[in-house]
Amino acid sequence: MKTIKPPVITSSEITPRELFYARRKFMQMTGGASLAALLPASVWAGDKLASSKNPHYTLPEELTPLKDVTSYNNFYEFGTSKESPAKTAGNFKTRPWTVTVEGEVKKPKVFDIDELLKLAPLEERIYRLRCVEAWSMVVPWLGFPLAELIKQVEPTGNAKYVEFVSFHDPEQMPGQKSPVLEWPYREGLRIDEAMHPLTLLTMGLYGEVLPNQNDAPIRVVVPWKYGFKSAKSIVKIRLVEKQPVSSWMLAGPKEYGFYSNVNPNVDHPRWSQAKERRIGEFLKRNTLMFNGYAEEVAQLYAGMDLNQNF
Amino acid sequence: MTFKYIDNKSLSCLKVVVFILALVPLCRLIYGGFNDALGANPIEKITHNTGYWTLTFLLITLAVTPFRQLSGWQWLVRLRRMLGLFAFFYGCLHFLTYLVLDQFFDWESILKDILKRPYITVGFPAFLLMIPLALTSTDAMIRRLGGKQWRLLHRLIYLSAIGGVVHYWWLVKKDLSNPIIFAAVLALLLGLRLLFWWIQTRNRKAV
Repeated sequence: MKTIKPPVITSSEITPRELFYARRKFMQMTGGASLAALLPASVWAGDKLASSKNPHYTLPEELTPLKDVTSYNNFYEFGTSKESPAKTAGNFKTRPWTVTVEGEVKKPKVFDIDELLKLAPLEERIYRLRCVEAWSMVVPWLGFPLAELIKQVEPTGNAKYVEFVSFHDPEQMPGQKSPVLEWPYREGLRIDEAMHPLTLLTMGLYGEVLPNQNDAPIRVVVPWKYGFKSAKSIVKIRLVEKQPVSSWMLAGPKEYGFYSNVNPNVDHPRWSQAKERRIGEFLKRNTLMFNGYAEEVAQLYAGMDLNQNF
Repeated sequence: MTFKYIDNKSLSCLKVVVFILALVPLCRLIYGGFNDALGANPIEKITHNTGYWTLTFLLITLAVTPFRQLSGWQWLVRLRRMLGLFAFFYGCLHFLTYLVLDQFFDWESILKDILKRPYITVGFPAFLLMIPLALTSTDAMIRRLGGKQWRLLHRLIYLSAIGGVVHYWWLVKKDLSNPIIFAAVLALLLGLRLLFWWIQTRNRKAV
């Protein structure tokens, strides 16, 4: 058997530790900079977004196909039929885009969308989406907890609620020419709901930048509430003291409450919420309490009458 | 050419054309079903589509009489039975879609829907009311009942159409634009009947 003698390395040949790391840092910086110079400044719908899978938020259920996620949308800004957002959102401009975070905060700030994309590492989380119309999907979203953004502006003690205001421009969003809802679309959460680790500030789905019809360029996803509670195409986030009034509360105060938590025991006044049709499935499924997230969120509503606070 | 009178041969041709046209919505659904073109939620699509055409055929059927009176085209009445039966046909498809595809014979849920959901509470009897009308649509049944009785019975179509429009109005989440169009057309068709009836009784009094 042949033995291999390792070559002798003299100590003079060894790169000092400090130099080694300095060189590495230099490569990273210049490499990153030259790469950034090669790439366009911002990302567009359909572009890939780098993220890491968050192992805490996966589901044993099958993902809803991308084709269905992007062609069956309740996004009244682009028309009230499910098919129309995919058809009419093509001209919607998602750059330049800023999100103003203001109100009861110590450091109000206007964030550029490309700055927001880098505010925290993007995670992929697989969530159930339950629409108030009794259908549901399973979607891999990309984003980071909304709490990361809210912490940056340092809420004051008066910040009890968070109000979201969506983009308003009837030229780009033809559905806003109809008075079907009060425009701009407004939604709201209680501060503890907004700061909950499940509440995701979302910029992508299926590994890519959000398609226009999926509420681009930035939205929230609150998986234990009916879909309409997850504000879309957000331009303003206001921290406020009083409970905000959402567009759907104005549209039907007896039908759409502030909380709108998924709850199979509290029916919509006109239809049952006990079951749902998962897109792609034939038989209906039983709807789960808090859409299956009861373990994480039930304590937020301890002692509350969920029939009253629907 | 005034179309005031048409011969039997032309009328037969016309009936064939109307029959084929009336099947177009169904063919489109079948084609869509086989070609994966009914969208992400095909059951909802089929339910909405068959419901839409039930109401549309009910209104077309109800348009025959006022239109005949306004135009003087008496032969229109000979298309009415077929149009009414197509309303019933699409109504059956709509109901079967709900029963089989949507609920899959979940009788408990169905019963709850009928009792608790106003739009189904009103839509279900609106459909049931069409059954006696379809059963008595043959010439033999018209003779058996006698013209007067038959006409009285077939006024049930007014209730069926009103129930159908209310059903649609109550089920939409927020956008009422389609139900409003159906309601306006129905109001016009029923209003014309009232107007004709009023003119008729006034003329009779004048004589």
